[in-house]
Amino acid sequence: MTEIERLSFDVVVIGAGGAGLRAAIEARLHGKRTAVVCKSLFGKAHTVMAEGGAAAAMGNVNPRDNWKVHFQDTMRGGKFLNHWRMAELHAKEAPDRIWELETYGALFDRTPDGKISQRNFGGHQYPRLAHVGDRTGLELIRTLQQKVVALQQEDDANPDSDGCIEVYAECTITEILLDEIGRVAGAFGYRRESGQFVLFQAPAVVLATGGIGKSYKVTSNSWEYTGDGHALALRAGASLVNMEFVQFHPTGMVWPPSVKGILVTESVRGDGGVLLNSEGRRFMFDYVPDVFRSQYAETEEEADRWYDDPDNNRRPPELLPRDEVARAINAEVKAGRGSPHGGVFLDVSTRMPAEVIRRRLPSMYHQFKELADVDITAEPMEVGPTCHYVMGGVDVDPDSTAASVPGLFAAGEVAGGMHGSNRLGGNSLSDLLVFGRRAGAAAAAYHSSVVGDLPQVPESAVAAAVETALAPFATESGENPYALQQELQQVMNDLVGIIRRADELEQALVRLAELKERAKKVSVTGGRRYNPAWHLALDLRNMLLVSECVARAALERKESRGGHTRDDYPDMDPAWRRINLVCSLRGDTVVVEHRPLPAMPVELLRLFDIEELRKYMTEEELAVLESDMTESAIGQSGVEAGAEFGAGRSGSTADGKEGTSR
Amino acid sequence: MSTMRDFRIWRGDETGGALVDYQVEVNEGEVVLDVIHRLQATQAPDLAVRWNCKAGKCGSCSAEINGKPRLMCMTRMSVFAPDETVTVTPLRTFPVIRDLVTDVSYNYEKARQIPAFAPPPDLRPGEYRMMQVDVERSQEFRKCIECFLCQNTCHVTRDHEENKRVFAGPRLFIRAAELDMHPLDTRKDRKEFAQAEQGLGYCNITKCCTEVCPEHIKITDNGIIPMKERVVDRRYDPLVWLGSKIFRRRS
Repeated sequence: MTEIERLSFDVVVIGAGGAGLRAAIEARLHGKRTAVVCKSLFGKAHTVMAEGGAAAAMGNVNPRDNWKVHFQDTMRGGKFLNHWRMAELHAKEAPDRIWELETYGALFDRTPDGKISQRNFGGHQYPRLAHVGDRTGLELIRTLQQKVVALQQEDDANPDSDGCIEVYAECTITEILLDEIGRVAGAFGYRRESGQFVLFQAPAVVLATGGIGKSYKVTSNSWEYTGDGHALALRAGASLVNMEFVQFHPTGMVWPPSVKGILVTESVRGDGGVLLNSEGRRFMFDYVPDVFRSQYAETEEEADRWYDDPDNNRRPPELLPRDEVARAINAEVKAGRGSPHGGVFLDVSTRMPAEVIRRRLPSMYHQFKELADVDITAEPMEVGPTCHYVMGGVDVDPDSTAASVPGLFAAGEVAGGMHGSNRLGGNSLSDLLVFGRRAGAAAAAYHSSVVGDLPQVPESAVAAAVETALAPFATESGENPYALQQELQQVMNDLVGIIRRADELEQALVRLAELKERAKKVSVTGGRRYNPAWHLALDLRNMLLVSECVARAALERKESRGGHTRDDYPDMDPAWRRINLVCSLRGDTVVVEHRPLPAMPVELLRLFDIEELRKYMTEEELAVLESDMTESAIGQSGVEAGAEFGAGRSGSTADGKEGTSR
Repeated sequence: MSTMRDFRIWRGDETGGALVDYQVEVNEGEVVLDVIHRLQATQAPDLAVRWNCKAGKCGSCSAEINGKPRLMCMTRMSVFAPDETVTVTPLRTFPVIRDLVTDVSYNYEKARQIPAFAPPPDLRPGEYRMMQVDVERSQEFRKCIECFLCQNTCHVTRDHEENKRVFAGPRLFIRAAELDMHPLDTRKDRKEFAQAEQGLGYCNITKCCTEVCPEHIKITDNGIIPMKERVVDRRYDPLVWLGSKIFRRRS
């Protein structure tokens, strides 16, 4: 039998971005023996690419901000399809998670009175994003990385302490293994450096693997984003929710071709940048949808005044949520008003002095200068939509992040529900911290609960995982995995992209089924040591499975909402708002089921104006709501109970579950 | 517009290897990493290369291109003459794993030896107050993407494996400087630590590290020299020396 390195931990965290590191830190702080498994080197995960900031209602710049406003903005951004409880926990806990980073050594940009500075972003009513120039993700990951090292130093100094935190860099997990009664028992994978197999035996596994963007041709995502956690969860028996919702960031680079898709941060617009078509028109004024009409400026003059006087003016339409802006750019290009390379213009050069641009947007200045020969202080950028984020993910309990499989947890982009149909910029970094911490704590608690009866990994499951992992070497003269990946990316881009149609989605499913068959026969030459073709061959399996979920859910949802736009069903339909689409695996087949969206408690509904809710809800819901709202007897206690982590977890898991109706 | 270009890439592992010639298509606007990827997809599927973001933000794709330490994703093909052969080799200072991938664990081991940020015990989360002007010095060093090009180019370790034991290198000097300049860090011995434990004294400020930094951090001028100067202030200033002796005797 093949040699396998066997390791044993209390908690294993798969993924070493913001969510994974925060989860691992928390598990270790709970005294658990914790492993973090990173697909890349330690500190290189995709979080590093986040630019704009982390949204948290600290109220440092505008004291009117608070968690309730943040909650409202998040729900609006997600077109009211978010799991209300996740959005609530996120809004309440984000400030504490940001402040905590300062105790780890983070150095955010400051306000004049020395607090953490906050910047404007799409969909956020107040300046809310804690940031460091336009490299906030780097600060976040470095801070967490250094906190992990600090904890390791503590462990080195106290060899007798219970907990520990070990980092396994360049190690890819290919399978979650369950015990005989269906509990998580461990995770199996390989080390890139040696090609050797490794088995992590652990009762609690936290998925923090990020997203799926590498299934698309034009994407801001790095190579790691192959939907590993989504696929691992499915194969372990968990389900995914909201997979039809994929965020296309409105501003990716479009030229030169080799950099197409690389992100241009939303901060460019938050700090005053404007979108122009080939006629020089600020076209976003033409694309403000009815649901947002009252909150956005109608003239350029009002929009420009807003930067200095936000209390008396409405915000510029360039700062609409991302789905709106991406669709608008798409429509302008389609109408023949695009830029020479098929995008639109994003201009800061006429909006602020060169030296301010270089200070506030240093990475963008650098990126365009080096990669496109464009000086953004002197000329506009060309930008267009790029696949950026998947709202869908593992279906979890909001309070504990637990999936339906005992011992499996998920946090960050790989988890679903928090962002509904569309994520607001800045809500990802705070999501990672809030739910990363909750996942680490819940995984630790779960370990304590099973410590007397630890699950054992069946040897047959290990043998099967080995066989699957070695299959590409066993096939002779099969297909090249790179060619297959390129075909997959083209299919997803062309047929399951920003604008979708039933016939194209059906065609995509046929193509994906073909690719799935062909992927079983890819072959790889060379050895197991750092062999990228082998890595890709194994990743392809995950990419194909997750792509199928996206396409199937997209075909099923017959409306347009957030990150899901149907040409054949262009309107938002209140009846569909009440439905979550849930993907699971039966044998080899992806099954999509309808499930009612958990209902928001009336205390939270009261935060919104009834006129606004009218735009999203069915007549039936509104009737119930109107009668509820008149019953003043309903207390606020449910909302307040969630304010504290400890109280919230035990107290409100029940209502979370009730609403989820799993 | 595409052309065929000549590439020479080091292929091999710790037992040895050689430069291998390839002819490969190159298109307008491409960077070296694009060409490496095309080679993988067409001619050399198992060509080992480390990369992540392809946007100059993660610092994974460091290599030596025509002898210069650079990020492959930020090196545009247009910087080479049309008939110039592009030679790509792994970072020389670190042991080769395979092809262009090296074992950079030395850097992580050195990072683990630096005492962590020591937060002020009397401040709770949310109570930290720092002025922008005071955090900017440390923020410059926190731009570091840990590409380790500075570590690779530093002549103290580049051809002197024996120095790795006692020398932490420029990346870790600016980590020390960053903590030293952090307005709220409570440790007061960061400079002394850099001198005694990190081998700061081995650096003779030739600025090679600064030259290769893709983030344009002024490693030598803003990080290493201030650390050295203040170490000198404390260790060799006769008045400080006398004061410390008197103080010690009295106590």
